[in-house]
Amino acid sequence: MTRRKPIASGSDWNFEILTEFEQEIARLADEYRLDTYPNQIEVITSEQMMDAYASVGMPVGYHHWSFGKQFLAVEQAYRRGQMGLAYELVINSDPCIAYLMEENTLMMQVLVMAHACYGHNSFFKGNYLFRTWTDAGSIIDYLVFARRYIAECEERHGVAAVEQLLDACHALQNYGVDRYKRPSPISAEEEVRRQKEREALLQAQVNTLWRTIPDRHREDRLPGMEGGEEDPLGLHAGGRYPPEPQENLLYFIEKNAPLLAPWQREVVRIVRKLAQYFYPQRQTQVMNEGWATFWHYTLMNRLYEEGAVDEGLMLEFLQSHTAVVQQPAFDSPLYNGINPYALGFAMFSDLRRICESPTDEDHHWFPDTAGSDWRETLEFAMQNFKDESFIQQFLSPRVIRDLKLFMVVDDDQDEMLEVAAIHDERGYQRIRESLAAHYALAVREPNIQVYSADIRGDRSLTLHHVQDDRRPLARSVYPVLRHLHQLWGFPVRLASAQDERVVRRYQWPLADEAGDTGEG
Amino acid sequence: MSYFIDRRANAKHKSAVNRQRFLDRYRTHIKRSVEEAVNRRSITDMERGEKVSIPTRDISEPVFQHGAGGKRRIIAPGNQEFVEGDRLQRPSGGGGGDGAGEGGASNQGEGMDEFAFTLSREEFLDFVFDGLELPHLERKAMVDLDEVRPVRAGVSKEGVPARVNIVRSMREAHARRIAMRAPIRRALRDARDALEAEERKDPVLRNPARIAELKAEIERLEKRLEAVPFIDTYDLRYNHLVNQPQPSSKAVMFCVMDVSGSMTQAHKDIAKRFFLLLYLFLERNYEKVELVFVRHHTAAREVDEEEFFYSRETGGTIVSSALSLVDEIIAERYPPGQWNLYVAQASDGDNWDDDSITCRDLLIRKLMPRVQYFTYVEITPHAHQALWEEYETVATEFPARFAMRQIVEAGDIYPVFRELFKRRVAGG
Repeated sequence: MTRRKPIASGSDWNFEILTEFEQEIARLADEYRLDTYPNQIEVITSEQMMDAYASVGMPVGYHHWSFGKQFLAVEQAYRRGQMGLAYELVINSDPCIAYLMEENTLMMQVLVMAHACYGHNSFFKGNYLFRTWTDAGSIIDYLVFARRYIAECEERHGVAAVEQLLDACHALQNYGVDRYKRPSPISAEEEVRRQKEREALLQAQVNTLWRTIPDRHREDRLPGMEGGEEDPLGLHAGGRYPPEPQENLLYFIEKNAPLLAPWQREVVRIVRKLAQYFYPQRQTQVMNEGWATFWHYTLMNRLYEEGAVDEGLMLEFLQSHTAVVQQPAFDSPLYNGINPYALGFAMFSDLRRICESPTDEDHHWFPDTAGSDWRETLEFAMQNFKDESFIQQFLSPRVIRDLKLFMVVDDDQDEMLEVAAIHDERGYQRIRESLAAHYALAVREPNIQVYSADIRGDRSLTLHHVQDDRRPLARSVYPVLRHLHQLWGFPVRLASAQDERVVRRYQWPLADEAGDTGEG
Repeated sequence: MSYFIDRRANAKHKSAVNRQRFLDRYRTHIKRSVEEAVNRRSITDMERGEKVSIPTRDISEPVFQHGAGGKRRIIAPGNQEFVEGDRLQRPSGGGGGDGAGEGGASNQGEGMDEFAFTLSREEFLDFVFDGLELPHLERKAMVDLDEVRPVRAGVSKEGVPARVNIVRSMREAHARRIAMRAPIRRALRDARDALEAEERKDPVLRNPARIAELKAEIERLEKRLEAVPFIDTYDLRYNHLVNQPQPSSKAVMFCVMDVSGSMTQAHKDIAKRFFLLLYLFLERNYEKVELVFVRHHTAAREVDEEEFFYSRETGGTIVSSALSLVDEIIAERYPPGQWNLYVAQASDGDNWDDDSITCRDLLIRKLMPRVQYFTYVEITPHAHQALWEEYETVATEFPARFAMRQIVEAGDIYPVFRELFKRRVAGG
């Protein structure tokens, strides 16, 4: 291929040059059949980037002290030079918003465009989790609605009251997602209209649920439950409420908490909706970053091959890229867990290699994949998996060897740690499984569900925690229960069980006598 | 399809509200840090921000999490010498391998006991002076108002061309034109009607003389109509300004210090910190603050800051010399109608025997009626002498505007300062 004149060299940039590069990248991305939302590329200053960072990437967010804390942390780290600012920040919306920082060099701008505007963007558009759970077209609208609504609440009910409520909701936001039901799309105007209706309706429902006048014609009464020895009139015979355990704690609170005012229910709902929006991102970190990194690497190399960038820019790029995909060893002072960029990039690159030049080992491990069309295989992998299943399916022995992964079992009943698997024939499968489990939210977060709300008795709420491998809850359980108690308004209990046997009970408010001891 | 947007000109500090919320929430923590910093810092150092640390546990946002214990499988990279079945000693100290595989969740401050951040200079000073109020800031607003500011007060017929109110002038002109033209137009219309009626008549019956007369009349009226001026001098309206008395935004602070032999450098440093706090405080409340340094032993002299704090003198002490010098300077340069006057005096309490009574009289008769606030700090670990007692009588006479405290060491300054300037519940 004849090399052409580079579009630009050096590190300075201007909008004409960026546009030219963008078009060039778009052309190449098109060649690779990357399907993306339109890009809205915003050039901002470093201060604005810190703002954006602090609001967890939401371009408009409601006000809360925790975002201020985040901002101070970012600012401090940036000032000290501990952290380069956002390599890229991109928002899953349609059009897809990506930020370029003014201070970046030309190389960085090109890299970020390739990474964010084509890598992440196509991931947002293609991956099944994002397609199912988030509505890129309406998220900005909804954020605007949320911000306005919460500001109104602050005006009407005082900043302190709203802050308390948000604190409580934030503590439970990881338990505010529906894992199996697809939410309906939302938009701002629609939301305002529905919010009014909801307010009235919801309160009516709650009133029905909690009414204290005995109901003569209760139809939900379970047969055979009536008139026991202790309850001859069958007053407690309605069966457990809710009939099925509920995993979406915030949803349950929103619909059933007896004392919340309508506006408070709406705020719970807002936090829940936003948690739902971020839910796919939490499950696809490795894939998302890996995919974007793979594509910026591929696209940058294509730009170089065609001569659109010169050697200087390419060297600068390689240095930056290497830093991003660096994986320090476990005993290095730099070690801070597995770098999702490194793991994801290694896996997508290796998947391409498996397709293009498979070895015997690959044929054995990936009979369907080895030797197939790499572009289609990668697209398939990107669209239909999340971190957990992606690793389960595609972590190859080659990547395990390259990263020299090993597994240590830490059992509190054993005084020593045990190396259970290393990067060898016997270990591949086990390492793959454990690593996949590591990225499963169900394993990472304690499994806690609403078990019952005593609607006919003391109105207490009981949660069940199912322990996994005897792993107990951290001490933070008490502050969280306190928050839950604030929302529910009546005593909250939590039973932690291992193998169907309750091993520990928690409650809030604490019982008078040495409250938190387990009762067996 | 892609497009670029340049947002650099947009507002930054979008997080300012959130930042402020955070600072408000942890007010007590931050205040403690700030107070420590003020006590620790040297004087020249006040003008910068401060690093503040808050224990992480106090600001954590709790969520349900797995605690230590149970059985965990950790995957880590970079194996070198391990083989399957190796048994290892558990690394001492918690957290070893804890973050393994957490996906590098960007959770700054994790594993650190303190959440540290930096207050800006403004925020720092806000916390330093939090809850403090300048005594009698409002008094000058009502009495002795020499300072004025022009304020809009409607429109008037007289004024200078620079203040002409164009809209009002044009409206006046328009009204005048309507009023002046109306009778002419009416006459003109009548004349035209008459002319038309005349011309419509049978040619035999027409009166040529009448037609000529009417035509002349029309021409005359049209000329008159045109002659109505578009704008005239009495249409002009001017914005009217009146001088409104303004509360003075200028303050002068007199630093009075005893530099006799008994005052050591340590004493002076303590005094300096007190002066500095007062200065910073005034600076935040007034647009313009001037400093006057008066030092004295047996005689008083106005000096510059360097000399005030650092040159050495010896000799006895006559406090009244300084007070009368302050009085002279006020009379000469700072008329109380224009300036808010503050006096801060530092001394070790020594004074010439009979002088203390003179001081008291000077204060009661001359200074106190004029100044906004007089503070006296006595830097001594010893028992009080005559000066303190005399000042106490002044304090009983002007309880709201005269304050005195004793300082023993540098650490006392800040609490004393706060006490002197703490917000009064019912304003004095």
